[in-house]
Amino acid sequence: MTTTPTQPRAARRPTTRDLLTRADPRRRWTDRIMHVVITSAFLVALVPLVSVIWTVVSNGVVRMSPYFLSVSMRGVYGGIDAGGIYHAILGTLLITGLATLISVPVGLMTAIYLVEYGRGPLARAVTFFVDVMTGIPSIVAGLFAYSLFALFLGPGVRLGAVGSVALSVLMIPVVVRSSEEMLRLVPNELREASYALGVPKWLTIIKVVLRTSVAGIITGVMLSVARVIGETAPLLIVAGVIDSINTNLFEGRMMTLPVYVFRQYSQGLVPCSPEAVDCIATINYDRAWGAALALIVIVMLLNLVARLIARYFAPKTGH
Amino acid sequence: MSSTDQQPARPAPPTGLRGLVERRTSRDLAGRLFSATATGAGALILVTLAAVAVFLVVRAWPAMTTPAEELADAISWIPEGSTLLGYVGPLVFGTLLAAVLALALAVPVATGIALFISHYAPRRLASPLGYVVDLLAAIPSVIYGLWGGLWLAPRLLPAWQWLADNLGFIPLFREPASTPPRVIMTVGVVLAVMILPIITAVAREVFLQTPRLHEEAALALGATRWEMVRMAVIPFGRSGLISAAMLGLGRALGETMAVFMILSPGFTYSFELLQAGQHQTIAANIANQFAEANPLGVSALIATGLALFVITLAVNTAARWVVARRKDFSGAN
Amino acid sequence: MAQRIDLKDLNVYYGSFLAVADVSMTIEPRSVTAFIGPSGCGKSTLLRTLNRMHEVIPGARVGGTVEMDGVDLYGSDVDAVAVRRQIGMVFQRPNPFPTMSIAENVLAGVRLNNSRIGKDEASELVERSLQGANLWNEVKDRLDRPGSSLSGGQQQRLCIARAIAVKPQVLLMDEPCSALDPISTLAIEDLIADLRSEYTIVIVTHNMQQAARVSDRTGFFNIAGTGKPGKLIEMDDTRTMFSTPSEQATEDYISGRFG
Repeated sequence: MTTTPTQPRAARRPTTRDLLTRADPRRRWTDRIMHVVITSAFLVALVPLVSVIWTVVSNGVVRMSPYFLSVSMRGVYGGIDAGGIYHAILGTLLITGLATLISVPVGLMTAIYLVEYGRGPLARAVTFFVDVMTGIPSIVAGLFAYSLFALFLGPGVRLGAVGSVALSVLMIPVVVRSSEEMLRLVPNELREASYALGVPKWLTIIKVVLRTSVAGIITGVMLSVARVIGETAPLLIVAGVIDSINTNLFEGRMMTLPVYVFRQYSQGLVPCSPEAVDCIATINYDRAWGAALALIVIVMLLNLVARLIARYFAPKTGH
Repeated sequence: MSSTDQQPARPAPPTGLRGLVERRTSRDLAGRLFSATATGAGALILVTLAAVAVFLVVRAWPAMTTPAEELADAISWIPEGSTLLGYVGPLVFGTLLAAVLALALAVPVATGIALFISHYAPRRLASPLGYVVDLLAAIPSVIYGLWGGLWLAPRLLPAWQWLADNLGFIPLFREPASTPPRVIMTVGVVLAVMILPIITAVAREVFLQTPRLHEEAALALGATRWEMVRMAVIPFGRSGLISAAMLGLGRALGETMAVFMILSPGFTYSFELLQAGQHQTIAANIANQFAEANPLGVSALIATGLALFVITLAVNTAARWVVARRKDFSGAN
Repeated sequence: MAQRIDLKDLNVYYGSFLAVADVSMTIEPRSVTAFIGPSGCGKSTLLRTLNRMHEVIPGARVGGTVEMDGVDLYGSDVDAVAVRRQIGMVFQRPNPFPTMSIAENVLAGVRLNNSRIGKDEASELVERSLQGANLWNEVKDRLDRPGSSLSGGQQQRLCIARAIAVKPQVLLMDEPCSALDPISTLAIEDLIADLRSEYTIVIVTHNMQQAARVSDRTGFFNIAGTGKPGKLIEMDDTRTMFSTPSEQATEDYISGRFG
């Protein structure tokens, strides 16, 4: 009433229609502007998402071919139209595979401890430090793995297995968190029903609790794999860079997809002489984009499959 | 339910008291083994974390105890006459600057996205939209580095030049903007994109928890939607938003590849955001120097890594503390 | 200040589900109108359509007209925000803003329209509103304490003070005492009796004694069964409704034979 400026002063009192129809224009405009601002914040976030995916796909398909996927970089030099990511894919699978083998038992058992056994100060400490571990920068995990192995194998150690240990440090807390969440979803009635039948606690956990939550746990593990499979920094410093195929995690350097992307990127443009026929100036960038495409496809597939598992198998836990 | 399925598969119970006792002890053993394994796994987490700290300190020790003169002699990239602390200082500064820049860019946008998902978009779209934002978190950092270095940086150049031309009188934007824009401002933008999902996810959850009662109270007083958000949603979510921002900060501090692949490094305490060759972060510096470093150099790098570890630890712990404190309060009403 | 409200052929839908059917009634100014009836009969839903608060619920919509002083609240030029400004609401559970002090809670609605309210004017308004809500004497020494520090009944009176601070025409109350103890309930009922002289009040209640004690007119709502819409069975002076209702269903409900 005091804020209807169009109202002539000392005139009749505002009618009911005035009161119900005259919104304060300033407030109405603020509301509309904030609506636009908030909606555009969301649209702004879509810009990088769409542009990352678009640039990776459109630049990546240039080199993507069965040849690119099936050869290593051995003997590839300069701007020649050759070379692929086979060795990097192999290295990524091996290193991530070993990291998963380490992380899943430790992570799952820790989650079981926290949900089924954990009481008192140890459980509180574990919960707290799992949170702390979630925040360890990946490069610090790499330094840790390096320091650990350097203690036994001397300085300058570069092994695939060291990379796996570094990735495990990053992966374990994620596995613990997601498994813990899933185990807590299992209703206590199920456990009690099992105890009432005389089944001991550990068998109840294995046969009832884990069985009920297995889909959720697998989803969590796959998402954690998807998270560490793209890790670059720790692998760059502990697994090193190599051009040829290495299938032994415990000997010699090992290439991985993310490090390959970085390696090709950092080599930059090739100075091609004008008369050279077999020289592509942007070959390194092209390979980087190609490898990035392969990496993003792997990560997205893992995410997708994980979510599908969660969707199609989860209802079984509820019935 | 599934426990009843198990019933037929169980072995026939042994008869007599003796059988019962035997069965008990063998099961007790398995049970004890199982619980010991579980407890051991939990303890392993503590051991691992302690080992991270101890190994970093042990490895960093040589560099921390070597006199400055010797250190500078032995390590090519430590300038003459500089101490280890003098070397770490600009790196810590660069790390904080990049992270704070990213945070300043990401928090308003993430708040907007979270509000859009929680209070503006139709309810049934909330979870698909949240998933779209989560996709940003799934993209590996090296791809952000590649994208930032090859695609985004050239496109940001005009914006930075405009800033330098028009706001160059502010020291932050001192002209001329470097070309190519391998500057901390570009890094800040890329890092902001990378931490957007985590901040959004936490903020979204908090905003969705706003009690309906408070929202309706505001609306019934004649508040517009935005006024309702300001009266009920934001005050309720403030502490959650703070901890979300700190989690994002922790992530930005430790990010390596995106910085390494974009930033042209330098070791100064400079606030000139558009100048190349002024800043470097701890993580990117480690990735850059590690391969060619001699043993003492590795030790010095690990010392810087230790500093990073401590900083992120402090930030993350503070964030968790805010979250925990908020949990205590939410039961109050 | 108080205005009369006319409902004509009002239908309320949730999506395709008809929740309340064919309600026509007149709500008199400067009086208390009570809505009674069994759970799920649509009384609260109907109450919310009187200040368009049902629009907060996804899928809810209205057919028919609700006129205040001859102006249709659902007319195309009417602003929902302005409607709620004129028709205040008090909810089932007290809901003061937890981050605001007692005084700020009272001023919350006023500040929306007049953000530069003077300090003297503000404190005068706080006192007047809290006195109007019979709360002033209990809180005058701690106006800067958080609203959530009060007891449930005090919080509810704070919410009433917050609603009357913006000087609405009509006050809607959705079971305002159902979360309160008997003594707090009594305090609210006394307050309703005081407010009657200035406001048009509509109260939804489960408690028939309360309806009999506080209201001038009573409307009885009922549903024929689950999935059927709620209907206004009859509406009359409260005294008549509780002594000689014309419908059998009303008499059954009031005498406690069902519901």
